[in-house]
Amino acid sequence: MSSESLPPSTLISVRDFSFWYGQAQALDRLSIDIPRHQVTALIGPSGCGKSTLIRSINRMNDLVDGCRHEGDILVDHVSIYRPSTEVISLRKRIGMVFQKPNPFPQSIYENVAYGLRVAGLRRKRVLDEIVEKSLRDAALWDEVRDRLHENAFQLSGGQLQRLCIARTIANKPEILLLDEPCSALDPIATGHIENLIYELKKQYTIVIVTHNMQQAARISDLTAFLYMGKLVEFASTESIFMHPSNAQTEAYITGRFG
Amino acid sequence: MRRFFHSELDTLKAHLVLMGEKSSSALRKAVKALTEKDLDLAEQVIREDDSIDSLEVEIDRECTRYLTLRSPVASDLRLITVAIKASHDLERVGDEARNIAKRARKMLLKKGKIGDLLYIPEMAVMADDMLRDAFQCFIAEDAERASLVLARDDEVDALNRANFKDYIQKAKLDPEELNQYLDLIFVSKSLERIADHATNLAEEVIFLTTARETRAHAPKMDDFLD
Repeated sequence: MSSESLPPSTLISVRDFSFWYGQAQALDRLSIDIPRHQVTALIGPSGCGKSTLIRSINRMNDLVDGCRHEGDILVDHVSIYRPSTEVISLRKRIGMVFQKPNPFPQSIYENVAYGLRVAGLRRKRVLDEIVEKSLRDAALWDEVRDRLHENAFQLSGGQLQRLCIARTIANKPEILLLDEPCSALDPIATGHIENLIYELKKQYTIVIVTHNMQQAARISDLTAFLYMGKLVEFASTESIFMHPSNAQTEAYITGRFG
Repeated sequence: MRRFFHSELDTLKAHLVLMGEKSSSALRKAVKALTEKDLDLAEQVIREDDSIDSLEVEIDRECTRYLTLRSPVASDLRLITVAIKASHDLERVGDEARNIAKRARKMLLKKGKIGDLLYIPEMAVMADDMLRDAFQCFIAEDAERASLVLARDDEVDALNRANFKDYIQKAKLDPEELNQYLDLIFVSKSLERIADHATNLAEEVIFLTTARETRAHAPKMDDFLD
């Protein structure tokens, strides 16, 4: 499919994409068009390639020795693998939040301001504004407004994960990649993050990897089921969970797989 | 913490309330068509039943979607199971109201008149009050008041039995009007069924708010065999 024929809502277009770690193939000619301002969940058993796929979208996998790919990934009609792509800029456009919150050993404020300072922003008033807005958008402001200059490690796990989301969105990305962001959180913190994801999709395009199928069902608009590096089924979440068209998808989501 | 999808339960409740209002309105119109010999109103009730049926389909769809996507538990899960059953009860109320309207139309078209209604108007008021009270209890989540609805079903049953006996007696005395009396027996039975559905709704409200099962386990003998 040419970029001209993409549906206007498509932001990320993965095309015949294969990926290898050394000799081990993780993705096999996978194609998927991910629309803007929607939450797309990637589900599948361990080793199916969902983390490889999400990490390929902002080229995090480039950091792995001996990896290679075939095919292409377009973001807003432009290949992220073209030679002129600046990977640092790409990762600012496509922010990522990981399974385990990874704050810097600094204050809450500095965690959010970090990327802005690296980008050369120095004016305190502007920094203050962006830090506040990012924390508000991450639904954390009310909990930390009186202790912005305390060490971030004093926050709970759920708050730390929202801080990492605030840090990511401070850089004004277009896309948020979430790699199992709730797997280390309790149900209340998970509820906060899920509510946040629902709010954030109005501003960002979100791709989430999750092992929790109830979570995929609750928060995503679209769901992709991957198995052994291939895309088995990609459809609206309602369709996938109410009447999947593929027998493997049905077996996986009903727990009859393997 | 209120989750982003909890608003879907508010929508579901609103659809149930709308269905309750439509069913109750259909009942009142059907009985008015009968008592005031209003053919146009009877036709209207028959036509409007489709909109009640559509709401049942919509509520079923919303419930299935919520069960599939939102993993409800405890009171949320009870609301979903109650909504499925309540919407079925209300759809049946709509059907019974349509049946009453059809009987009224048949009698008016055939004879141009409707015979003695005996306790039918009284039953209609009681059944509609039960229906509306059950629904108010659903909105207010008031199990205590809902339990009062249950007791009133026996009064409606008693009036239905009285109607049955009296209409049989009248038919014996005036066999020419047998069909008319049979139609009125069916109307009486429809009202008795509507009161049963109101009772079911009240039981569902009690289950929703207290998780307590109030339905009788023993099968009921047919009222007419008493």
